[in-house]
Amino acid sequence: METAFALTGKGYVLLAADTTAVHSIIKVKTDVDKIKELSPCLLMAYSGEPGDTVQFAEYIERNIRLYHIRNNFPLRPPSAASWIRRSLADSLRSRKPYSVNLLLGGYDTSTYMPHLYWMDYFGTLAEVPFAAHGYGSYFTLSLLDKYHDPEATVEEGIATLKRCIDEVSKRLVVSPARFKVKIVDKDGVREIEL
Amino acid sequence: MARRYDSRTTIFSPEGRLYQIEYAMEAISHAGTVLGVLAKDGIVLAAEKKVTGKLLDLSGAKEGGYGGSGEKIFLLNSNVITGVAGITADANSLVNYSREAAQRHLYMYNEDIPVEMLAQRLCDLKQGYTQYGGLRPFGVSLLYAGHDVHFNFQLYHSDPSGNYSGWKATSIGANSGTAQSLLKQEYKEDITLEDAISLVLRVMSKTMDSTTLGSEKLEFATLTLDAEKRPKAKIYRPTEIDSLLRKHDLAKKEEDTEMKS
Repeated sequence: METAFALTGKGYVLLAADTTAVHSIIKVKTDVDKIKELSPCLLMAYSGEPGDTVQFAEYIERNIRLYHIRNNFPLRPPSAASWIRRSLADSLRSRKPYSVNLLLGGYDTSTYMPHLYWMDYFGTLAEVPFAAHGYGSYFTLSLLDKYHDPEATVEEGIATLKRCIDEVSKRLVVSPARFKVKIVDKDGVREIEL
Repeated sequence: MARRYDSRTTIFSPEGRLYQIEYAMEAISHAGTVLGVLAKDGIVLAAEKKVTGKLLDLSGAKEGGYGGSGEKIFLLNSNVITGVAGITADANSLVNYSREAAQRHLYMYNEDIPVEMLAQRLCDLKQGYTQYGGLRPFGVSLLYAGHDVHFNFQLYHSDPSGNYSGWKATSIGANSGTAQSLLKQEYKEDITLEDAISLVLRVMSKTMDSTTLGSEKLEFATLTLDAEKRPKAKIYRPTEIDSLLRKHDLAKKEEDTEMKS
């Protein structure tokens, strides 16, 4: 089942999302990238209704890019989170709302702070030290609560993340085969091979 | 020859000029001087009030608003103050527009509007009046003094054509040429706010018609950061301006003061 989680550390945010595309009871694909790179220092993991997710993520991606082109600087993570939340909230009150859940991880290059935001399709926005969406959250949140350290190095952060992935693989009935992991820090975003 | 193209803002003259825009700029060069100086730890804005009469009731200025008399210097957003030169009614309209634009940004993004973006919003509006039919352009130049996390303290100038530019120190209005050459001589890189204040007052006292400065002729404001690194605008009250002038030895002498209580 669809699962995404994220955690902050000293100067970085780690995001992990499963890579399965499901149709009915069938796994259609196992190499889907569900973490979009919105701007040089901003990542967004999305899950929810198939189709809605991609459509909404691309809409967000292009609007954030437009802001960057128009102003020569990207939207900062807190402002991006506020704007995305508003987009979701407006969508919820429209004829055909998007049902998309998001994790937004970013590094603010003007205050040198990592930020992680948890957002659901009701337009709930919360800045959190660690977060999870989907069935995996029932197993991983307790682990993150125990092992999360805001001052952890990247290696320590990845170790915590691995614990989460292992737990999901072990306990969840229909566990995802693979996870894609991305990191965002002062140098930008990149993928991490576990 | 110019006459034929005067009444139409949106029509080029054969020499390729837009007369109404040039006239608007001319109107501004008769308005009270506004001066802005960028320091490393803040910005200073000063403005000369042109029309003062003894009978003008200024009692509202002492209590109301954000500290100033609300004639030349305005708070646009918690991180931007502006000094205006030109037609006051036009300026009020632009101030109102930019306050709304700033609030709209706050509503959308939950952050203070970046200074340059606010200048752009206003310039987009001003530019529209140089192109779309039948209307007169705004007869106003503005100096924006602001702070944002992207580029820290910034000073911008915009004119009726919708052009805008960033400055370390500049002036608009009457005698702005004199003021600017004085600023050019005396401005130093990495100037402190204290030095900027005294520079502004010195230049102001040299460019203004009257020999002595006083709160009835001057508006003054600074933008700095508070202890939490948030921008803090201070528009001086008349009494504060007078004590500032006394501190810098530019105030009226006691015997000149009329109607002492």
